[in-house]
Parts: sequence; C-alpha cells; structure tokens
Amino acid sequence: MSELSRRERMKREPVSMPERPAGERAADFDEVNLGYSFDQAVAEAERCLLCARPTCVQGCPVSVDIVEFVHRVSNADLAGAAEVIAADNSLPAVCGRVCPQETQCEGACVLAKKGKAIHIGNLERFVADVARAEGWATTSDPAPSGRRVAVVGSGPAGIACAGDLVGMGHEVTVFEALHELGGVLAYGIPEFRLPKAIVEAEIDRLRQRGVHFETNAVIGMVDTVDDLLTTEGYDAVFLGVGAGFPRFLDVPGENLVGVYSASEFLTRVNLMRAYVAGSDTPLIEVEGRSVVVFGAGNTAMDAARTAVRLGADPVTIAYRRTREEMPARAEEVAHAEAEGVVLETLVAPVELLGNEAGRLVGLRLQRMELGEPGDDGRRRPEPIPGEVLEVTVDVAIIAIGNGPNPLLLRATPDLDRSERGTIAVDSDTGSTSKPGVYAGGDIVTGGATVILAMGAGRRAARAIDDYLGTDQAP
Amino acid sequence: MAGDNQAMPRIVAAQMLAPDAKQFRIEAPKIARRHRAGQFVIVRVTPDGERIPLTIAASDAEAGTITLVVQAVGKTTMVMNDLDVGDEILDLAGPLGTPSEVDDFGTVVIVGGGVGTAVAYPVAVALREAGNRIIAVIGARNRSQLLFEHELAALPAEVHVCTDDGSYGRAGLVTDALQDVLAAESIDRVFAAGPIPMMKAVAEVTRAAGVTTIASLNPIMIDGTGMCGGCRVSVGGHNRFACLDGPEFDAHEVDFDLLASRNRAYLEGEAARRRELHPCEVTVQVGGGEST
Repeated sequence: MSELSRRERMKREPVSMPERPAGERAADFDEVNLGYSFDQAVAEAERCLLCARPTCVQGCPVSVDIVEFVHRVSNADLAGAAEVIAADNSLPAVCGRVCPQETQCEGACVLAKKGKAIHIGNLERFVADVARAEGWATTSDPAPSGRRVAVVGSGPAGIACAGDLVGMGHEVTVFEALHELGGVLAYGIPEFRLPKAIVEAEIDRLRQRGVHFETNAVIGMVDTVDDLLTTEGYDAVFLGVGAGFPRFLDVPGENLVGVYSASEFLTRVNLMRAYVAGSDTPLIEVEGRSVVVFGAGNTAMDAARTAVRLGADPVTIAYRRTREEMPARAEEVAHAEAEGVVLETLVAPVELLGNEAGRLVGLRLQRMELGEPGDDGRRRPEPIPGEVLEVTVDVAIIAIGNGPNPLLLRATPDLDRSERGTIAVDSDTGSTSKPGVYAGGDIVTGGATVILAMGAGRRAARAIDDYLGTDQAP
Repeated sequence: MAGDNQAMPRIVAAQMLAPDAKQFRIEAPKIARRHRAGQFVIVRVTPDGERIPLTIAASDAEAGTITLVVQAVGKTTMVMNDLDVGDEILDLAGPLGTPSEVDDFGTVVIVGGGVGTAVAYPVAVALREAGNRIIAVIGARNRSQLLFEHELAALPAEVHVCTDDGSYGRAGLVTDALQDVLAAESIDRVFAAGPIPMMKAVAEVTRAAGVTTIASLNPIMIDGTGMCGGCRVSVGGHNRFACLDGPEFDAHEVDFDLLASRNRAYLEGEAARRRELHPCEVTVQVGGGEST
C-alpha cells in the first residue's frame, strides 16, 4: 500500500455502508445492510490515523485492538485482522452489526468531531464475514484444565463467557431454556438486522472448540444453581440469563387481544417464525392494518420494522419524549423512518380501547411536552392538560423495556439482589454473593446492549479462571 | 439450533383414554425428579411447531418418567396424539410453574371437567397424601370422555360423576353436583380444572358458599418462563403471568371472561390449520394453552 499522509487520510470521505433500497428491503426479512466489498473496506481502513494513544479502543467495552486490526485491513491482511479481533471479541460478526458504535468506538474516534469517524463496526463486520466464509481458524486452545464451568443462558453474555473459558482450557456447558440457542440474538433481534445464520456460525465455532450446549434446560426449575455446583459437578457457574420479563404500560385495556409485549411479538416472528408459511405459531394478522409501537429503543425499532415487513400499514412509533431522547441507535431510527415507520413523539397512552369481543380497536393518547430535567438529566415529559386524542389501531406492541426475570432469582434465594431486583455483583469480576457463582449481562444491568453483556461475560470468565486457579474453588 | 447429543425424551407408554385424549408416559428423569403437583411442561413436537404447555398428570421419580394427557384440540395436540411408544418428543422443557399449595386443609372437593380432570388428578393425589379427605366431582360430555374416575376412586376419594348427555352418572353440569356436595357438608377447599366456563361457574357457586377455591388456568403460552407475557391473566385486578405465578390462582379473583377472550385470539387461523390436518372436522373448541 502506498503510504498516505495524515493530511490525505483526513481529506478522504468515509465509505458508507451499502444498503438495500428501503422500498425493496421493507418487503422481506433479508438483511438490510449489504456489507463492504474488499475495496471499500481497504479504502475505509486507509483513512485511519493509526493514533498512538487510540481513543477508540477505550471506547470499546471489550477493548478490541482496533488500530491494529484496521491497520491490517488497510494492508489487505484480513487473516491477520481476524486474529486481532478474535483475541478480544468472540462474536465479531454479531457486534459489527448490532453494537451502538456511535456511542462507543466510533464515538470516541478523533475524527468523530468532524463527523468522519472511521466506520469501525462496518470493518469489523467485513473481517468477521470474510473469516467465516474462509473458515479461518483463529484460536488454538490450551491443554484441558480439568475444571468444569456451567454457563446459564446462551445469549451474548453466556457466549462471550463460554468462548473465553474454553480458551482458558476449561470444560464448558451452556444451558439454554428455549429450544434454540442464542438468547436475544435468536428470539429478539430480527433476521433483517442480524441473520440467524451468523449466530449459528458463531455458536458452531464455539462448539468446534469443545463448548457443549444443552437446550430446553430451565435452570432453577430442573437443576438449581446449587445442583450444578454439587450433584452436577461443576466448579463454577456463570449466570447470563438476560432481563426477560416484559414491562407493561399499566393502563386500562392492555390485556385486549391485539396487544403484545415486544418480546412476545418478536418471539412469535423471530424464534417461532410466525411469518413463514408452515409455521404453527400464529400471529394476529397485521397486513394492511395499523400497528402502534410504544417505546423508542432498539427493540421498539425492531418491532416496528418487523411489522412493516409483515405488511402492516401504517406503522407508528409512539414515544412520550422527542426524537432526540430516543434511546435507539441513530441508524435504527433512520432505517425505520426510511422504511415508512411514522415517528409520533410527545404522546403517552392513557387507555387502550377494545370492542365487545375484547379486541383492540383504538387508543386514547395524551399529548405531552418536555418539562424540567429529571433525576437522569433528561427533560421529563409532562401532560398538556386537556389534550387527549383518540386514534384507531389494530395491533399495539409495548416495547418499554424488561425487568429482571424472577424465575432463576426465586429459585436461588441466597443470591443478593440490587435495589432494582437484578443480581448484585462485584463490577470488576461479576462475582455474586454465592461462592463460585458469577453473573453478567442484562440480569445484572437491566436491559442494555449485546456488547455490554459480552464485556461482562468476558470479565467474569477472567475472574472464574482466577477462582479456579486458586484453592478457593472446591 | 438445538443442543448437542441430548437424548430426546422418548415415549415409553401410550394409550387412548377417551376418543380424543391420549395418555403418554415419557422418559424425562430430571423433570420427574423435580415435579411437584400443579406444574407443567412446554412441549414442541415438530420443527415448525408451536410451543404448548401441558400439565404433568403424574410423575415417577424412580422410573424417571412423567405422564401427560393430551386432548387433540389444535394442530400441535393432534400431531402429538399421532405419536406412539418409541417415538421421541422434539422439545420438552420443565417442570414449570409454581407448585400447588398443599396442606392438610380438611375436606377438599376436586372438580374436573373433560381433560381438566387430568390436570386436577395430581393435585388430588398430593392433597390426599397431605391428609385431606377428597371428594371428586368430575364431568364430561359423555361416558367415553370421562377420565381418571377409577384412579380418583382408588386414592381413595368419593367420586361424583356428571355427563352432559346423561350417558353415565348424573345428567348435567359439575356445578349441580358441587352445589349438592356443598349443601350436604362442610367443605374446606375446592380445586377446579377444566373448560373456562366450568371454572367460572364453579367460582360463582363457591363464592356464594364462602369456600376458598383454586383454579388451574390454561392461557396461551410461548416460552413458559415469564419472557413474553402472553399468558398474562388478571387476578384481583392485577396482571399475573400464569407461567411464573400460576397456573393456579384464587378462582374468586380471576377474570375468567378476559381469559376466555384471550384464548380465542387465534381461533380463525387454528380452524384453518385443523382443516388441513383433518378435513372432515370443522368444529373448534377452546382448549388449554394451545393457540386454538
């Protein structure tokens, strides 16, 4: 490669992610983003200033050596780039697609101030996809330690933890309550944003490295955490069970037929494939009907864009604050709008209206305005007296977040909880109040992101490795 | 994507109990060991299949088996009832749900309607073992549909039988027989499992009599672990998830009309799927947990 001067690098324009036209992609479930070509990836990588003290790495929850991998891409050394990423990230093809890069690595990039941050996520995705297609082996695991670890939950936290533990020589079994592996990557995030084949390939890679997976295993009900540590013979346990306990609005009418939690709607479509002919799992018909989604996080965008693909019209996001406060990634909001989703801001549901048969037919919404900042620093939405409107609607989806699922917590009463009811842990190690038991991901933080869960899984893996290496372990 | 080298649960015994109800004994040693009365499993029988909840009718920890009684109501239960000894269940997860409250209450009336009697049976067994005197009031459309009469009698329990068509026992509804039992002696508790209108009617009868009544609810579920909220029911004006907090609740606090309307959510689609499987049958009844 001809060495570019710093000036030349800064002058170049970012290579944007090629995506399918909104009109075309909104009609199917295939992936929206197409990924870089080789030339596009190299061109984007060449823009990197190769900072000596890279702020991007500090912005990454799992501290991928971004400068090194991007440098290798610019030199067309893709195998080398894959190796660098694999050292810190066990799910690069997933993270390249779903991480909120604009608030992490890309947000921390020195070029971000000029609006020209390196598209690190796009590059990570490119490298991971090429690595997968080429079948590059990127890891050689050490000799077996003779120690066994149970990982509860096969979502991002559990997978990241399992990947690191097997890399440390431990024998790992992952227990999943559902019939499919991947946790939120399987039931939550839709195909058009994260193809299931990607998740399967990442899990297969772990399987090849010796990680054992058990489905239909509801830990807490069939084996308890104590059983795992005693009769089942595990030396340590990692709990990464997620925050699967949907919140509802607490307004009249939310039990009407036609009102779904986002988890139920997305589970019916993603996990149970309700949209595929031949699937036995039904979904209330949304084709040609109006759908309203409450909430404005990534899950709300996923639900709205899924409804668009099922033929719903119109699809509206109803949010009590304004667009600026929307917690979803900017890209998800932009994609949703491009696909025809209407953003109706400053409204809050007062009541969901039904007919005599108990089916949803309408909504009563309260107009809001932003008032003084609340405890979280965000301006609080306040109702405008007297401004209540009624709209007709066929299906409502509630996407206002999840609380900690009580199933495992009830079965493990000696596990200390936080004020929010999540599992209390040491934030450096993920260790819980129970010796040998670690936790991470949404069951600790409440609903957060894939990459934060992975970071927690990896920190816990290091702590478990320490624990197993000392004589604290039985 | 399923797990690795997991032995799929195998059916070790199967028999028809009624024209459309089949009893399966399934190898599931861990579930059998953990099972307590009132709990259920989630079952999936085909790769494109629905996840449906089925109450565990009995378990044998020593033999490592659980017993399920399946009434063919929707597509999944129809496909399941075509399975036989030696066949495997694709996905079986459990035991799920909060176990029944079991104590020595005194005299307990167990009310079972149709396949609901298979749901009530394990609770009757547990309550009998805890020292209660059991009176069973069981009903069905006709004699051939009646379940667990002899098993209940063997507990022992005093068994009252009602059939809609009078082909066996008393002609009429279980609530008629229940009313007579309540009039004849002092009852400490009532447990009901069956069609929603039956459970609602039982609740009305016992509310008037002031007898604590527990009903085992059968809402549509997907994951069965509290993740989707599809099984939410209104109890005492509050939303509860039947998969986690139930499936048993205080019948006097349950909004049965809401449960009935939510269970009808997918009736039209299910009727079409049934016609594909069994073109001659077009009737649809509201069954438990399945998207009927």
